[in-house]
Formats: sequence, C-alpha cells, structure tokens
Amino acid sequence: MNKVTHKIQRSRAFLTVFLKEVKENLRDRRTLISAFLTGPLLGPVLFVMLINITLNRELDKAEKPLPVPVIGAQYAPNLVDALKAGGVVPGAAVADPEQAVRKQEADVVLRIAANYGKAWRKGEPVQVELFYDSSQRDANTSVERVTQLVEGYARQQGALRLVARGLSPSTAWPLQVARRDQATPQSRAVLMFAMLPYFFVITIFMGGMYLAIDLTAGERERQSLEPLFANPVPRWKILCGKLAAICTFSTASLLITLLAFAVVGQFIPAEKLGMELDLGVHFAAHVLLLMLPLVLLLSALQSMVAAFAKSYREAQTYLSLLMLVPIIPSAVLSFMPIKAQAWMYAVPLLGQNLGIMQLLRGDGVSAEQVGLCLAGSMVAAVVAVLATIQLYRSERLAISV
Amino acid sequence: MIEVRDLHKAFGTVKAVDGVSFTARDGEITGLLGPNGAGKTTTLRMLYTLMAPDRGQVLVDGIDAAVDPLGVRRQLGVLPDARGLYKRLTARENIDYFARLHGLPENLLKSRRDALIDALEMADIADRRTEGFSQGQRVKTAIARALVHDPRNVILDEPTNGLDVMATRALRQFMARLKAEGRCVLFSSHIMQEVAALCDRIVVIAHGRVVADESPDALRAQTGENNLEDAFVKIIGSDEGLAA
Repeated sequence: MNKVTHKIQRSRAFLTVFLKEVKENLRDRRTLISAFLTGPLLGPVLFVMLINITLNRELDKAEKPLPVPVIGAQYAPNLVDALKAGGVVPGAAVADPEQAVRKQEADVVLRIAANYGKAWRKGEPVQVELFYDSSQRDANTSVERVTQLVEGYARQQGALRLVARGLSPSTAWPLQVARRDQATPQSRAVLMFAMLPYFFVITIFMGGMYLAIDLTAGERERQSLEPLFANPVPRWKILCGKLAAICTFSTASLLITLLAFAVVGQFIPAEKLGMELDLGVHFAAHVLLLMLPLVLLLSALQSMVAAFAKSYREAQTYLSLLMLVPIIPSAVLSFMPIKAQAWMYAVPLLGQNLGIMQLLRGDGVSAEQVGLCLAGSMVAAVVAVLATIQLYRSERLAISV
Repeated sequence: MIEVRDLHKAFGTVKAVDGVSFTARDGEITGLLGPNGAGKTTTLRMLYTLMAPDRGQVLVDGIDAAVDPLGVRRQLGVLPDARGLYKRLTARENIDYFARLHGLPENLLKSRRDALIDALEMADIADRRTEGFSQGQRVKTAIARALVHDPRNVILDEPTNGLDVMATRALRQFMARLKAEGRCVLFSSHIMQEVAALCDRIVVIAHGRVVADESPDALRAQTGENNLEDAFVKIIGSDEGLAA
C-alpha cells in the first residue's frame, strides 16, 4: 500500500464505524423499540394519564354532590339544610363512624351531639364532630369542603347573633386576612411538571442504551472486539464512530419525545386548572439545545460503565443503576425548592433541570444561563469522552473471556 | 516476513511468554505448536499489537510493532482466537466492514471480496445474515474478512478449532494456496498431525519458551525418534495438553 491510500483510510474509518453501527442497530428490533417507541413515548403517555387522572379527580370533587353520613341529623335541621345548599347529600347514620372512615366506606362522617338543640337555644357553644383519615389523600378535598361549609354556617350564625344584640359583626373579627396569590397560570403548572426534565433524560438514556452495551460488553461477549482491533485503525477512532452512533440514536429518541409532548400538550386540559402550558416549537427547540451536551455526556458515561461489565447482562444491570442518577436533581428540586444560583446552571443535569423548569414557568432562559448550561455540560462530556478513550486503550478490554 | 526477538509478557506473577524468538519467512508455512496454555495465543496477540510485550521486539516486513503498530497491522491478515461476527450483518457486509476499515477503495474491495468468496466456496452463504452460521461457515467468513486487504503476512490462531473433517481439509488446502501465492503464513495449533502435514518449519513452544525451531525432518533427526508424536513428547517433556 502507498501513502495515498493511507490518507483515504484515515478520513474514512470514523464514518465506516458509524455507518456500520447505525445499519446494524437499525436491524435490531429490541434497540428500535427501546429507542423509538417505549423510550420516547412512555413519558408523554404516562404524563397525560397522570394529569388527566389528577385533573378529573380535583374537578369532580369540587362540583359533584358529596354524600356524607350524618349522625343525629334530626337535632340540627338548619345546619343540615346549610350543608345541602353546599352540595352535601346527607346520608343515613352509620353505627361506627371510626370504622366507616377507616374502611373507606365514607370519606368523612359528621356527628351531631344529642344536646345540640338545647345548647343552641341557650346560646352555648356546641360541638359537631368530623371523622376522617388525613392519610387518605383522596378524601382531603371532601373533608375540606365539609369543614368550610360547617365553619361558614357557624360564622354566619355568629354574625346574626351579634346583629341581634346590636353589635357589628366586625367586633368579633378584628383582623381579616386577604390572600394575594402571586402564582401565574404557568407557575402553577410547574408544580405538576417537576418530573418533566427527568423524562427527557430517561429518553436520551434509553435511546442509546442498547448501542452502548453493544459497544463493549456486546462486542466482547460475541468475541468480535479482538478482530476489530486487529484492523489498522486507532482505537479512539473506532470509539468515536461508535459514540456518534449512540448520540444519533439518543438524539432521535429525544426528538420523538419532544414531538410527542408537543402533540400531547394540545390535549392536556391545563386551562381547567388555571394553568398555561406551552410545549410547542419554542419549548422543544430550547430543550433540544440544552440537552445536546447531555447526549454526548450520557453516551460516554454509558459506554464507560458498560466497558466494566464482563457480559451483556451485567452491563444491563449496571446501566439500570446508572439510570437512577439523573433522578436526583429532579427529585431534590421537587421536594426542596431552592433558589437557583448562577453556578447551578453549569452543573450537568441540574442546569438542564433548572432551565426546563424556567421554560415551563414561562420565564424563558437568558443567554447567560444557556451559555453556562452548555459550557458546564460540554466540559463534563469532553472529560467523560477522554476517560472512555483512556479506558478503551487498556489491553484487557479487548480480550474476550 | 515476521521476526520475533526475545518476547516477554507476564500477567501478574505468571510468565505467559518468557523469551520467545523465531522467524516466519515468506512463501513458507510456519507452525507454532505447543500444549494448551504454552503461550501461543499471547505470542500471536503481541504480533498483531493487541498487547504490548514487556520486553523484546516484533518486526513485520521490517516494521517495528512498538514504533508503528498501525503499519504492522496493515501488513497483517489476522484470524484471532476470538472470531466473532456481526450477526445482524450478512457475510458479505461483515467482509466489507473490515475492508473499509483497511481503507480499500470501493472497486478494489468488490473484486477482492468476490475473489475470496469464490476461493473459500462460500457463495451460497454470502448474502445470509451470519446469525445461525455453522462453525465452518463462521470461520470462512472470518478468514475472508481477515484477508480482504490482500496482506503479505497471515496469522491464524488455531484455525481448525471446532471444524469438522471436510472443513479442516478445505482450510488446509486454502493455507497451501496462500503459501503458493508467496505469503508468509504463521499458524498456531496443538494438533501435531496438522502441523506435521502442513508446515515447512515448526516452532515448538512450552512454558512460554521456544524449545525447538526446525523443519519436520530435522526435528525427527534431532530427537532420534522416527515418529513425530514421540519427537514432540520428547521435546516438550510430557504429553500433557497435546491432542492427537
């Protein structure tokens, strides 16, 4: 061979590896399903289901007639009428209210004492009891409604008594709280969408996972890594071709999921909850930009972790563990909301998380934040790629067991 | 031509290769014979630069493997101990992949690949995906992709392992053909009949060292044994690991 063919070969090796990996993996049904179906669509579907269930439940509870077993309804007909006006349907008395609530036969049970009428006429304070189980989150709306109706009735009657004695009702309530909620429709949505960034990360992860496993553990298990390394191509070029194939698949996954969210976003009845949701082109383009360095970072991390595994199965186990790592920023941010500092944008995963939440909130991201996010993640990605190249140079890597 | 000078390689405290030297010449078949675990595969791996020797030198057509490993790999066609194929690619695509990694121009690639498919009599399987190939079909594909760039030097690690009688026969004929084309053929084996039948030169390795480097006839004369099997046992010092 002469020098000229060597030149040709240098520029072609990367492309050759890349094209072969893409072709081979396009023929693998498991990879295709994971990268283009379950990975990218799981998030949007789960999301819509979750939101619809939550929405319908909230809306139902607020409007629907609410059946409440009332014990001793005959002692307080006026109170029961007031409850009826508020949408409560008084039910037959139950023998054991504690038991009924615990067994979830009723969300809430109201008990009116037998001396209600007598005490009321004397103007003495009387007690009504509400039985409920606060660990049943499902029942909380019902409890809240009944409580408000009873308290409203009490306040109303109290005011009437004051007026009857010639006093202004305001003497009894010297202080009034006026609530001024500063939440915008978008920011209310954010609470519900806190896990959205994680869905994007998972999608990238699933898109490239099988390729990453195949890259080292798979090649080694089927004993093709040694012959591959006998070719006159530096190992780092082979690795780069493979990383490019992983990135291509995970980027395709991300695009599919963004598209799916954009479509699905049309059907989320967000306005019913007083939210505003924009998952359209503007949102998708920004997410894609923020996520690009993560695509490279994750592909290198996946390859690195898979390279330590002796077999395909072992690599799968390691990677499923690695998949849990990106949950951390999402979980931390949703459980203890922290005020974003500038440096946080430079932290991979955390930066993307903050950026996407801001986009959802409708605040938009500044050029500085995007810059920090891209730079921080890109540095991490380059370090991960270099570390993987180093790992790829080890003698033991190529030897099939 | 492949020249090996005083190769050493240790894994931890185990000296896998402990001072191996020999020369494999063009137009000859050189056999690397030794029991299992003698250091044959490790020696060959250092030849095709998968591993770096702790000490010693490898020259392929005068190119030093330590100085220019890519240059050495360009001169070599290698059938390693591991001969896995890409099962979702056809035999032809497997061969083409390696040809492109060697930088073969497309027109040359086609003619070389088709010539090898002819020579190895694998036209009937060339367009099938390699998943489910028999051992013989797999070895043929692996040899074709190893030789597609027309290398002067051919290294085969236990090429007949797992092959049936017919496939073994065909492979031996193919090796004789490579020799006739003037190539340097170096192969390892633990089967003495095979080495005796094929080789111009036999390098016997035991415990990581070369214990004999002769022609088959000289080997018989040196040990005073007429039977090659007895000659080998005498050289190695035991018949452990030598299959008939």
